Amino acid sequence: MPRVIVDGRPVDVAEGALLVAALGLPPVACRSLSGEPRGPLCGMGQCFECRVQLEGREVLACLTPAREGMEVRRG
Amino acid sequence: MNPDVLIVGGGVVGAACAQALATEGCRVTLLEAEGLGGGATAAAMGHLVALDGSDAELALCRLGQARWNALAPDLGAALELDPCGTLWVAADEEEMALVKPRCEAYRAAGIEAELLDARALHEAEPHLAPHLPGGMRVPGDSVIYPPAGARLLAEAAQRAGARILTGIRVASLEPHGLRLADGTALSAGCVVLAAGSASKALIPRLPLVRRKGHLAITERRPGFLHHQLVELGYLKSAHGSDTDSVAFNLQPRPNGQLLLGSSRQFGDEAPDIRTTLLRRMIEQALSYVPDLAQVSVVRAWTGFRPITPDHRPLIGPLPGHPGVLLACGHEGLGITTAPATAELIAAEVLGRKPAIDPAPYLPSRFPELAHA
Repeated sequence: MPRVIVDGRPVDVAEGALLVAALGLPPVACRSLSGEPRGPLCGMGQCFECRVQLEGREVLACLTPAREGMEVRRG
Repeated sequence: MNPDVLIVGGGVVGAACAQALATEGCRVTLLEAEGLGGGATAAAMGHLVALDGSDAELALCRLGQARWNALAPDLGAALELDPCGTLWVAADEEEMALVKPRCEAYRAAGIEAELLDARALHEAEPHLAPHLPGGMRVPGDSVIYPPAGARLLAEAAQRAGARILTGIRVASLEPHGLRLADGTALSAGCVVLAAGSASKALIPRLPLVRRKGHLAITERRPGFLHHQLVELGYLKSAHGSDTDSVAFNLQPRPNGQLLLGSSRQFGDEAPDIRTTLLRRMIEQALSYVPDLAQVSVVRAWTGFRPITPDHRPLIGPLPGHPGVLLACGHEGLGITTAPATAELIAAEVLGRKPAIDPAPYLPSRFPELAHA
């Protein structure tokens, strides 16, 4: 079971899971300019609502496999 | 008494005409087939730019800029007016040699312009590629959010008494008015066609073709960029007639996103994104701003811009059709020039002297329009 670090806190996800699985329920990836929570909507890389920072780069949590030790920051 | 005016098209040009005419006391009805600020307005970057492709182009741009600045306080913060200025970037020493005369031409026209050497260029925009030799800063240029601009102008028109109707399709031009798709006949003293390339559906002989453009917008990177960046060779692409061309154009949005342009294509009537062209656009951008490789694009879209054979818009009376005025064919400069177009249209409708010479934009300059 890979353990990823989300905003400094460890989260265990199932083997083979995508990063969305580490974003809680309901999953929150980033915030709109007015502060509203945003999370995966389409689940297939189209809506860009599940953007997270992974080691300094923005990635889509719905397309990125979770790997042991990944450090993720939510916007 | 002022005539009743029907305006066809609720893009930025139609909305600006509605605002100007209603403010000057005309009874205005604006008809938009879809939603306000769609069409070519939504395919624009919102750069309010003094472009000097010709004296006529520059005159219309400068009047447009002055009018936007005057309108902005009334339109409010949603316009997202950002006085970021334009930084024209030279790609190499050969282009750099053109910067000085261009600066002088701007200053001679009364526009503030500043020559930047390599050091000043990189101080102004640290993310520009180190090999770039310099450029020209035009601090008076700015940026707005075009769809909001159209909507806010329409709302201002409404406050001045105009009726703004959306989802209304016009079927034909009739003597002294219009017929709608549902058969309703509307009469008016004056009809303004501001429907961009769709104006051609009502007047097939208009010399307008559509040119497709791609745009892309990135994730938020506040502080990454401070000016609207445009490659110095932009005019070559903008006014060229190659089938496909790209020109580097990068804009900071107030929310920190970066809006990337620009591409031009003739003969592609499908709205689909062409990945080869989008890739060329991105590669061109990377050659100027290599650090963009670390920034994700979150959306890309396309739109169509109406162009005329001489790249000047059609503004003024349509010969052979009394009471019909054209306000279309603004290509990629419609955001900048919309309020200037509105001034020329209002002057024509009200029979007063316009703020600038209307001759270069008159539809009658084209032989196919000169005679009914």
